[in-house]
Amino acid sequence: MRKILLAATAALLATGLSFGASAADKLKVGFIYLGPVGDLGWTYQHDLGRLAMVKEFGDKVETTFLENVSEGPDSERSIEQLARAGNKLIFTTSFGYMEPTLKVAKKYPNVHFEHATGYKRDKNMSTYSGRFYEGRYIQGLIAAKMSKAGVLGYIGSFPIPEVISGINATILAAQTINPNIKVKIIWANSWFDPGKEADAAKALIDQGADVIMQHTDSPAPMQVAAERGKLAFGQDSEMIKFGPKAQLTSIMDNWGPYYIERVKAELNGSWKSEDEWGGLKSKMVVMAPYTNMPDDVKKLAEETEAAIKDGKLFPFKCPIKDQEGKDVECKAGDHLADGQVLGMNFYVKGIDDKIPGK
Amino acid sequence: MVLLEAIILAVLAASTPLLIAATGELVTERAGVLNLGVEGMMIVGAACGFGGAWLSGSIIVGAVCGIIAGTAMSLIFAAMTLGLAVNQVATGLALTILGIGLSGLIGSRFVGEKITPAPHLNIPGLTDIPFAGRILFGQNGFVYLSLALVVGVWWFLYKTRAGLILRAVGDNHVSAHALGYPVLKIRMLAVMFGGACAGLAGAYLPLAYTPFFIPGMTAGRGWIALALVVFSSWLPGRLVIGAYLFGAVTILQLHAQGAGFGIPSQFMSAMPYLATVIVLVLISRARTGGSTAPAALGTVFVPDR
Repeated sequence: MRKILLAATAALLATGLSFGASAADKLKVGFIYLGPVGDLGWTYQHDLGRLAMVKEFGDKVETTFLENVSEGPDSERSIEQLARAGNKLIFTTSFGYMEPTLKVAKKYPNVHFEHATGYKRDKNMSTYSGRFYEGRYIQGLIAAKMSKAGVLGYIGSFPIPEVISGINATILAAQTINPNIKVKIIWANSWFDPGKEADAAKALIDQGADVIMQHTDSPAPMQVAAERGKLAFGQDSEMIKFGPKAQLTSIMDNWGPYYIERVKAELNGSWKSEDEWGGLKSKMVVMAPYTNMPDDVKKLAEETEAAIKDGKLFPFKCPIKDQEGKDVECKAGDHLADGQVLGMNFYVKGIDDKIPGK
Repeated sequence: MVLLEAIILAVLAASTPLLIAATGELVTERAGVLNLGVEGMMIVGAACGFGGAWLSGSIIVGAVCGIIAGTAMSLIFAAMTLGLAVNQVATGLALTILGIGLSGLIGSRFVGEKITPAPHLNIPGLTDIPFAGRILFGQNGFVYLSLALVVGVWWFLYKTRAGLILRAVGDNHVSAHALGYPVLKIRMLAVMFGGACAGLAGAYLPLAYTPFFIPGMTAGRGWIALALVVFSSWLPGRLVIGAYLFGAVTILQLHAQGAGFGIPSQFMSAMPYLATVIVLVLISRARTGGSTAPAALGTVFVPDR
C-alpha cells in the first residue's frame, strides 16, 4: 500500500512536466523555459512567440516545451532530453542556460541550438537577444517629463550588464529633459518575487519617487504604483490591466518574428549559426501604447521611437561621462559599440549610487 | 515620522503571512510532527484562495478556500506520515514539489486576472490619529487575525488541558500512548491546523499583499516560516518577535538601498537570514542545557496493535 501511494505521488510529480505528442515527418522544435508559462513576464512572452510560430507553420512543426527549468548544470539534462527526443531546433530561453546549451550542442552536432541573451556561440548554436535599452531610453524621456518630484524609482533584479545598461539609458534620456533628475535604485536580487517587488516599490514611493520603473518580472510594482496614485512602466509584457491609470508604457519582448524566421530557415535548410540582437527596428522590442500622458509627451515618445528605428538616434550617443566625470571611450564613432553595451559595468554621471559589489 | 509610519506599515504587511504560516507549523511541530511542506501548502492556498475570491467576488470566501486547500494538502501529508508511517522529511519535501505543480495547474486559468484587495479597517476618529492611527486601526483583517491566532495558540498550549496533552504527545509519544491518549488522532489534528494556517497565509498573498495570482508567488516564504519556528524555539511569543524582526530587516534593507547607503545589495538581501542565524546563536548560548525542540519531533509513531 505504501509503495503504491509513493508510486502514485511520483507519477503525479512527473506529470508536472509538459510534453507534446510525437509524430514522424514534422520538424520538431523544443523550448526550455525558466519560469512557468503563466508568469505574465519573461517566459510568457517566449511562449507567445512559440505560439505565433506554431500558428505560422501549422502542422509542419511540432513543438515541445519544458517549463520551470532551473538555470545552471541541472538544465543540461532537460536540454539533452529534448535533443534525444528528436527535436532538430532547440531554443533555450535564459542567460543561465549558456554553458549547458554549449555542452549539449557539442554532443549533438546535427541539432541546432538557439540561446537567448548569451554570448557564446558554436557552429550549431546561435544567440539572440533584444536591445531592451532602446525602450528604456524612451521610458527615461517619458519619466523625466512626467515626474513632478524629479525622482525616479528603479527596481533592478541583478546588477548584470543588461540591467545596468537599462538604468544608464533611462538616465541619459531623462537628463536631456531634466539635468538634475534623481534616481533611486533598489535591487531585489531576484527576477521574480511579487511580494518583494511590491515592498521595493512601496519603499521607493515612500522615499519620494513618483515614477516607478522595474527590471523584474511581476506586475506587483505596477499595482503598488496604481494603488498609491503614482505612475509606472510595465516590464516584458503588457501590464495595463494592473494599472489602467498608472501604466505609461511597457517594453514588450516580441520573440514571434524571430522564432518564425529561424524555423523557416531550418525548414528550407538555410539555418546557420548567427548572433541576432534585435531592437525596435526588427520589432523584437515593442513598446506598449503610450498611455496616461499628455499629447506632447506622447508625441516626443513616438518621435524618439521612430528616430531610434531609423538609426538617427542612438541611446548611448557620445559624449558619455562615467560617475567620476571621465569620458567613456566611444568605440563606434559617435556612439558606444555593441560590445560596450553588452558588457556595461559602470553608472553614468548623475546616478548617485554605487553598483552593488563593485 | 511619515517615513517611519510607512516603514512600519510595510513591515506589518510583509510579516503577516510569515506569522500565520509559522504559527500553524509551531502547533504541528509541538505535536511532534515535522511538516516541511509549508511552502507547498501555502502556494496551493494562494491559488485556491485567489480562485475563490475571483469567482465569488468575496475576500472571505477566498480566505476560506485557502484554508480548505491548505488543510486538504496537510491531509495528504497526514495520510502518508501518520497513516503509513512514511518518513516525514521526505514526505514534506514531496508535498512542496506537489504543491508548486498543483498550484500552477489550479491557478492557470486565473493568471492575469486581478481582484480588489482586502479592505483596510477604517474607524473614523481612531484611524485618523496621526502616526499610530493607521498602524493600530488601519490594517486589513489578516493582520488582526494573525495576532489573535498567536494569542489563541499560546492560550491553548499553556492554559488548556488539551494543549498540555498535545505537548506531551510531541515530547514523548510512547508515554502519551501508554496514558491512553490517541497520539495519531491528536497529531492529525495538529497537522490539519498547520495546513489550515499555511493555506490562509498563502491566500493572504493574492488577497491582500499583491492582489493577483502568479505561479510561484510564495517565493520561499514557507521555508522562512519553517525557520521562524526554530528561531522562536517553539514559543509563540518569540514567534511574533521573530516574524516582525524578519519583516523589519527585509523592508529596512530596501529602504537603505533606496537611500543609497552604498552597502552592497547582495549583502543587504542576506541580512534577514544573517540576523536569524545570529539570534539563534545568542538564544542557544543563553540557554542552560537541553534542547527546546519537542523531544519526539520528526519521529515516526506506530502504535502497538
